[in-house]
Amino acid sequence: MSHRTGASKAFLALVRRDLLLAFRRRSEMMQPLLFLLVVVSLFPLGVGPSPDLLGSIAPGVIWIAALLATVLSLDTLFRSDFEDGTLEQFAISGHPVTVIALAKIMVHWLVAGLPIVLLSPLLALWMNLPMDALDVLVITLLLGTPVLSLVGSIGGALTVSLKRGGQLLSLLVFPLYVPLLIIAANAVSAAVAGLPYSGQLGLMGAGLIAALTLAPFATAAALKLSLE
Amino acid sequence: MDQFRLHHGMDLLQAKPYHSPEFINFKCMISVSDLTLERYFEPVFQPVSFSISTGDLVLLTGDNGCGKTTLIRILAGVLAPSEGRIEWGDDGMIYVGHMLAVKDDLTVTENINFMRQFLGHSETSTAEIVERVGLRRVCEQTARTLSAGQRKRCALARLLLTDAKLWLLDEPYSNLDKHGMIMLDGILERHLRDGGACAMATHGSLRPEGFEYREIGMVSGAAS
Repeated sequence: MSHRTGASKAFLALVRRDLLLAFRRRSEMMQPLLFLLVVVSLFPLGVGPSPDLLGSIAPGVIWIAALLATVLSLDTLFRSDFEDGTLEQFAISGHPVTVIALAKIMVHWLVAGLPIVLLSPLLALWMNLPMDALDVLVITLLLGTPVLSLVGSIGGALTVSLKRGGQLLSLLVFPLYVPLLIIAANAVSAAVAGLPYSGQLGLMGAGLIAALTLAPFATAAALKLSLE
Repeated sequence: MDQFRLHHGMDLLQAKPYHSPEFINFKCMISVSDLTLERYFEPVFQPVSFSISTGDLVLLTGDNGCGKTTLIRILAGVLAPSEGRIEWGDDGMIYVGHMLAVKDDLTVTENINFMRQFLGHSETSTAEIVERVGLRRVCEQTARTLSAGQRKRCALARLLLTDAKLWLLDEPYSNLDKHGMIMLDGILERHLRDGGACAMATHGSLRPEGFEYREIGMVSGAAS
């Protein structure tokens, strides 16, 4: 083929298209974020408005809410492309499926993960998180939400061909999210208590690099499997 | 490419039919032998063997459920065969199936533009492609609002976006109106004349008109 585009051009085209699609379906995209805000805002009502109590559970609550919000949006990651045949066109286009998976994951993070990071100061305020720990919360979310998208995409790709893959998807990905949740919440709690937290952040950075290098390949393999 | 162009000129001068075996640069684009696919321990269709070369139009015909779509999907590389051999040439192929890969939330122009950027660039502009498939009037509408036939035309526009030589079409005439069928025949004729080839699954009543074609009758695997 003489006039084939390179993989990088296809990557950019796909990112642009998915961002446009996300904008067109913005009410659908807002849903997980709304869920995040509602969950966090319900906590002071449920456990009582004591500032000390809220402050001490804030890291865990915010991280759990972020995790649930991400899983909510994972089911739609590949579904529409699978159902209208776009995914099989991608698979036979000659472009590496890994590149396609990476583009979809990146847009998922931009649309579902980045807004969580941006909203986190507001959530921290609601939960009365001490302000000196806010930067650590933002850093853990910055390092952690891409991992949520990357690892979650494997589950999304595996369950895309199932009619009701949602439940299975949560069963698949939640166990994988547990270490991340523990380390991230621990880092923020350590910052609140004035203890060193660089070790936890280092682990999260290593996790991000590992997920970034491995997950796209696993997702691509899972997508090929789902197309059979 | 140059060889094709050179030949194309000679072809016009000597007025040789495009399916002539003397076609220079005659190339095999896909060849399959004893190919079949098993589902639930039964073959979907009886094994088939054929090859498709430059200028060929091959019709895969048969009753509903005899495996036409399955075979086309194997040829496209979406499915892997359980038995038999399949070899592809290196001239590229493009597949338009039942699932049209048209995004509902994008307009016709956006759909075509994306596929152009994704698949490769062609010299023809998007506006011209929209015109050729007859969607100019609705090109700024989202695909959600199109009729089934218009969606089909939007998917067929992909054929004009690449220089892939092998076209794999699954029931390309379904949902198309008379003008749509003439439009498709037109671009197919030009494609075959330019040294392309096409395999088309059709259940029989809708066939390309005025073409010479080979027919491969398919038999359901359960019939044996």
